[in-house]
Amino acid sequence: MRTIQFEKIVSEVEKLCIKSSHELPQDVLTALQAAAQKESNASAKKILNQLIENAKIAKDQQIPICQDTGLAVVFLQIGSQVSVSPDNTTIVDAVNTGIARGYEKGFLRKSVVAQPLNNRKNTDTNTPAVIHTEIVPGDKIRITLMAKGGGCENKSQFKMFLPTDDKEKIIGWIVNVVAQAGADACPPFVVGAGLGGDFEQCCLLSKKALLRKLNSHNTDSFYADMEKQLLQKINSLGIGPAGLGGDTTALAVMIETAPCHIASLPVAVNIECHAHRHASCEI
Amino acid sequence: MKKITTPLTDEVVCSLKAGDEVSISGIVYTARDAAHKRLCELVGQKKQLPIPIEGQIFYFVGPTPARPGKIIGSAGPTTSARMDSFSPILLAAGLKGMIGKGYRCDAVRDALKKYCAVHFAALGGAGALLSQYIISAQVVAYEDLDTEAIRKLEVKDFPAIVAYDSYGNSVFKKVEE
Repeated sequence: MRTIQFEKIVSEVEKLCIKSSHELPQDVLTALQAAAQKESNASAKKILNQLIENAKIAKDQQIPICQDTGLAVVFLQIGSQVSVSPDNTTIVDAVNTGIARGYEKGFLRKSVVAQPLNNRKNTDTNTPAVIHTEIVPGDKIRITLMAKGGGCENKSQFKMFLPTDDKEKIIGWIVNVVAQAGADACPPFVVGAGLGGDFEQCCLLSKKALLRKLNSHNTDSFYADMEKQLLQKINSLGIGPAGLGGDTTALAVMIETAPCHIASLPVAVNIECHAHRHASCEI
Repeated sequence: MKKITTPLTDEVVCSLKAGDEVSISGIVYTARDAAHKRLCELVGQKKQLPIPIEGQIFYFVGPTPARPGKIIGSAGPTTSARMDSFSPILLAAGLKGMIGKGYRCDAVRDALKKYCAVHFAALGGAGALLSQYIISAQVVAYEDLDTEAIRKLEVKDFPAIVAYDSYGNSVFKKVEE
């Protein structure tokens, strides 16, 4: 058993909060640059270049890329040979402590209210985070933090299809979900789709899909092909950057799948804005 | 690029057409969901508002905290549609312009026509870039709302597009499926 200090996890999470808010991942920046090159609509090209400039200002001046520094969604892969010290602490506590510290020290916006309906009072710490844990072999902890904005999350959708429905029907629905997100959710989007699993696993898949590199493809050629078709159809919508028209409505579409019940075919779409902020570390 | 200054007059609003690129200078007030709800409650009770809104522009933004010595943090627009049910009430009370991102509903479009007002779109997700055009910021109401408090901002050459003009036109071609 390897022992990891509570404080070590706190300080790593703190760094992830600050880094992810100020530095757009390289693959996202590369996708924006490629889109700006290819874009045939002059004003859309200008907007894409402004987004690239925004990323540069954010990094140089250490100002958050977007004022919505997000709800912290944390994916933990915890090695089965890991324990946390002192004994009366947990990894989850350490993650939340790190987020509270990171959002305070990094001058990030606290966007979490304690109650959803009655008395929506800000917790002033940006906690609790939404934390997903997975036990994996080994003696390390891998932490991935996604700062998920509210505007795009609001446009995400879930639907139960019939097990006999075909690929075209699902593609049509996903494209329509993106169309409905439109200008409101800050296109060009990164689109994560979950197929299969059950109600909650399907939604989680759609969010996990966002963590793939934007130039990656599903390892199964059927779904890789579906990703390609979706991207092409979504970009044909003409919504464009900021919803003001253009060829670039999405930077990538990524599908993740899981086995499911014979009666079911759940599909979830997680809409992510162009400010696709996430960072990882391994302890 | 049309240069406009606040507060807005009917003459200026009438000169703006959907799709026009503008640069805005002068005072704008920040307000998002929670502040809108409170302001509209006051309007409903015929009570005085904590800020003068006649001729003013509301910028739908909840900025990040300013670093020491800085004016403001990241400050880009939030989704306008969440303010849709409130905006007609505030336009009737004298508000003349709004800055946000994304679509507005038909009731807002009608109110923009009726009260000769305008809705601008600023670039969503570009809060670092847009913060560069803000030259002063001060909380003037609802301090308890933290980022959602009403701030008086002075902006200089703030870039935006006329998204919905006072004639019922929109820059957006909404995709219908």
